[in-house]
Amino acid sequence: MSLSEFFYMGGYAAYVWSAYGIWLVVMVFNAVLPVIKLRQTQARLARRRNGDRGGS
Amino acid sequence: MWTYFHRLGSAPHFYRFSGRLVPWLGWICAGLIAAGLYGGLVLAPPDYQQGESYRIIYIHVPSAWMSLFIYVVMAAAAAVGLIWRIKVAEIVAISSAPVGASFTFIALVTGSLWGKPMWGTYWVWDARLTSELILLFLYLGIIGLYTAIEDRRTASRAISVLAIVGVVNIPIIHYSVEWWNTLHQGPTVAKFGAPSIHLSMLLPLLVMAAGFKLYYLSVMLIHSRNEMLERERNSAWVRELVDAR
Repeated sequence: MSLSEFFYMGGYAAYVWSAYGIWLVVMVFNAVLPVIKLRQTQARLARRRNGDRGGS
Repeated sequence: MWTYFHRLGSAPHFYRFSGRLVPWLGWICAGLIAAGLYGGLVLAPPDYQQGESYRIIYIHVPSAWMSLFIYVVMAAAAAVGLIWRIKVAEIVAISSAPVGASFTFIALVTGSLWGKPMWGTYWVWDARLTSELILLFLYLGIIGLYTAIEDRRTASRAISVLAIVGVVNIPIIHYSVEWWNTLHQGPTVAKFGAPSIHLSMLLPLLVMAAGFKLYYLSVMLIHSRNEMLERERNSAWVRELVDAR
């Protein structure tokens, strides 16, 4: 099987690749977003804690 | 054994334990999904009726399985949280909702993209599709209700009731293809007797399903850790944690 045949998907390329594309975007988005949120929470709590102690 | 579960139920221990667990789960999950994609897109032969279009199955079916599985886990955690007032269970319940909603969304969208070339339409109001759409609305309703209530413990009680009532939809989705004989095909794998699918096609599907399970577990744990910090931000262990950094 050649590479172009692979991407052609027997004529169903538009359906197969858009399905996989949407899947990938949702999966990545869903994994990255909570990581960013957790880091933000950790940073915010650290800032608040430093503020409590007079900005040390 | 019981002390082990008891410790896992305590917030600081759960936070530390999941923090160590998530990277491992993440890498195993990435490996499984990569193997599943290779097996499904490259190694598996084309279908004798549907040609190459059937390859959407490798994301569609595991996503649909996960949409039901996560809902059941969420409702069970909600029930545990409601009955025994266990904080970790409440947190697991709400942290499952966004992952469940996205898998439901993926199942609907990929199913639609599969339906167009095979059925000639993106959407029909068939029993399976309609009940899965209701599942998406249940997930979104749970997330919306949770964010609408300021106090997190009150919010948890409210979404627990909604999640438990919504369980009625799960058997409807599962049996919809048998109760109402419409466009959506019946089960291929999860039925009595041998699955009507060849091993070279089935194996990548199961590998993908395992990868999706680990994905859910790791993303749900990251959500839980964030939720736990937010809820416990005034407690001693969070202060110690922040000071240690």
